[in-house]
Amino acid sequence: MPSYVAKPTPPNQDKRWKLVDATMRRQGQQARGLIETLHTVQEAFGYLDEQALRYVAMSLRVPLSRAYGVATFYHFFTLKPAGEHTCVICMGTACYIKGAPQLLDAVQRDLGIQPGETTADKKVSLLTARCLGSCGLAPAVVYDQEVAGKVGTPAVRERLKKWMHA
Amino acid sequence: MTPEELDQITETERERQSHITQRVNVCVAAGCLSCQSQSVKDALDQEVTRRGTKDHCQVKGVGCMGLCSEGPLVSTSNGVLYKKVEATDGAAIIDSLEGSPVSRLVCPTDVPFFQRQQKIVLENSGVIDPDRIEDYIAANGYTALIKALTEMTSREVIDEVTKSGLRGRGGAGYPTGLKWSTVSKSVGTQKYVICNADEGDPGAFMDRSVLESDPHRVLEGMLIAGFAVGASEAYIYVRAEYPLAIKRLRNAIRQAERVGLLGSDICGTRFSFKIDVRLGAGAFVCGEETALIASVEGKRGTPRPRPPYPAMEGLFGQPTLINNVETFANIAPIIRNGGDWYAAIGTEKSKGTKVFALAGRVENTGLVEVPMGISLREMVYEIGGGIPEGRKFKAVQTGGPSGGCLPTECLDMPVDYESLAKAGSIMGSGGMIVMDESSCMVDVAKYFMDFCMTESCGKCIPCRVGTYQMHRILTAIANMTATEQDLKMLEELCDLLKHTSLCGLGQSAPNPVVSTLRSFAEEYRAHIQEHKCPAGVCDAQPVGETA
Repeated sequence: MPSYVAKPTPPNQDKRWKLVDATMRRQGQQARGLIETLHTVQEAFGYLDEQALRYVAMSLRVPLSRAYGVATFYHFFTLKPAGEHTCVICMGTACYIKGAPQLLDAVQRDLGIQPGETTADKKVSLLTARCLGSCGLAPAVVYDQEVAGKVGTPAVRERLKKWMHA
Repeated sequence: MTPEELDQITETERERQSHITQRVNVCVAAGCLSCQSQSVKDALDQEVTRRGTKDHCQVKGVGCMGLCSEGPLVSTSNGVLYKKVEATDGAAIIDSLEGSPVSRLVCPTDVPFFQRQQKIVLENSGVIDPDRIEDYIAANGYTALIKALTEMTSREVIDEVTKSGLRGRGGAGYPTGLKWSTVSKSVGTQKYVICNADEGDPGAFMDRSVLESDPHRVLEGMLIAGFAVGASEAYIYVRAEYPLAIKRLRNAIRQAERVGLLGSDICGTRFSFKIDVRLGAGAFVCGEETALIASVEGKRGTPRPRPPYPAMEGLFGQPTLINNVETFANIAPIIRNGGDWYAAIGTEKSKGTKVFALAGRVENTGLVEVPMGISLREMVYEIGGGIPEGRKFKAVQTGGPSGGCLPTECLDMPVDYESLAKAGSIMGSGGMIVMDESSCMVDVAKYFMDFCMTESCGKCIPCRVGTYQMHRILTAIANMTATEQDLKMLEELCDLLKHTSLCGLGQSAPNPVVSTLRSFAEEYRAHIQEHKCPAGVCDAQPVGETA
């Protein structure tokens, strides 16, 4: 029996939902487009919140549990908004061998947060990456999308200091 | 697109290039870009514009030149390679085109790092502009596709690939021809081709580099595969962590569609093919083919038992061919030059060349393509230039978290699928990480176990719980609180995981432990019996803070 469920409307007037709708349309409004749609949401809004997950799940007609399952299974998706700046430290093998743990240690101490957390003033988020593929330049760090190679502890500290006091 | 139209593009492009007498190629792959190579290129561009020599002097952004540790790299038409170039060097380099090289920036190319390489997959890397299909076509691009479509039957294409002896470059080394033949014989209403570009191994960046430097080569390989197995739809599953590769790939697909190399009735034949990009989202397990298929279908990336193999029942329940980026990148040259040509390179059972990402404690880090069968010693000491700061070599790690650490005794072993497997490691996708005496092998084993533990999808118990237990014991060893009993338990768990896990992730998770236990048993002993870390990496933890 065909079901006549009205297409859900976006949670609010935000123009960015148009991008999300476009992705879902391209995927034929089918469940198989779930990951692609979540990518679009994260790109547009920065993270996946509950209303976004509900809207996408309703639109693609998948149970909310499945949308939540996918969103939490993959490391790339985040359910929390990031800070003003992000610092990603690569923990790939080459970076690990060349001192990434020491970098991470220093950053954790300076910021007082663990990887995956954001400082209380919402200035800096600290993340770790599996591997950036910049192994030739180990250890690598990404400051706000910009990859830096052969990073030493003083350099990363300097950058963080600038962000914290900006 | 007809063969004649392709010839036309080639001719126009070559004609255009013939006016150019001076060339400056700047690497704009991710490695050099993160050393500001874009500003170098802009500076060179400005300099040429300022001098008004734009009509015969061309500044071009090209793919990876290999020696990532010395970037940004710039090569010129008078055969000089410059390293560590800065934006302020622009004028000097343009000057050098009509004079002698800028000696302070010259990177010698008569060294083993460049001389020992044999480039098939990377033949266009560092030569063509990855953002222009015309450049690829002028470099004999898409001629293999035209040859396959107009002169060969799909059976002949598969035979040629079988003859070449090409084996899957993703790591397991399954014969490519056999896989293609199985998919082509499978019955289904719709067949799919999937390119696995979910390069999850930490320490491997070959696929990223190929996608960034020569994306059309991968598309061409996929098109030929689609023709051979009778598929009309394809997906490239690429990591979301590689934004530049995704951008260049999408651009390449658009260009190929525009000139009619993708779409319906390609080259006036009845062959139609479309390629779509799917983004991974950071799950190592998605490198496993059934997990990858689940992910392309928009689900959580958990593997399922095989058989049925994807060649019979894959994406959306239909026969599916899954190959790795490097495997597809080898296809066009094989069709162009014949399977026998390819089979003449390499060893008896491992044919052709392999791209390795050389990294870690070695002088020259970067991307190299060498014939199979080269010895590890040549890789580390000649191509890699040896260990920096006069330190001593300890081990080379291949195959990422599924591979093992090879000690000094293995240095003279040839690099091929069988030898590496016999030594307790695997070929893997091509990451090769060199470690010196400053690395503690227990710490390395713990690092990889931590990786597998976090990346385990949680579907089967041996992997989900076993990796946790093994990590717990390894942490105890690193903290000097482990006993002989723990070590015995660790060995038992290695065996258990290997034989009872559902997929490759769990089955191969013990490899780093097994291989270090075999070659570096004395280090484990030192931690357990003498409470000492020979490399000085692990600290004894105060009692009460242990795992």
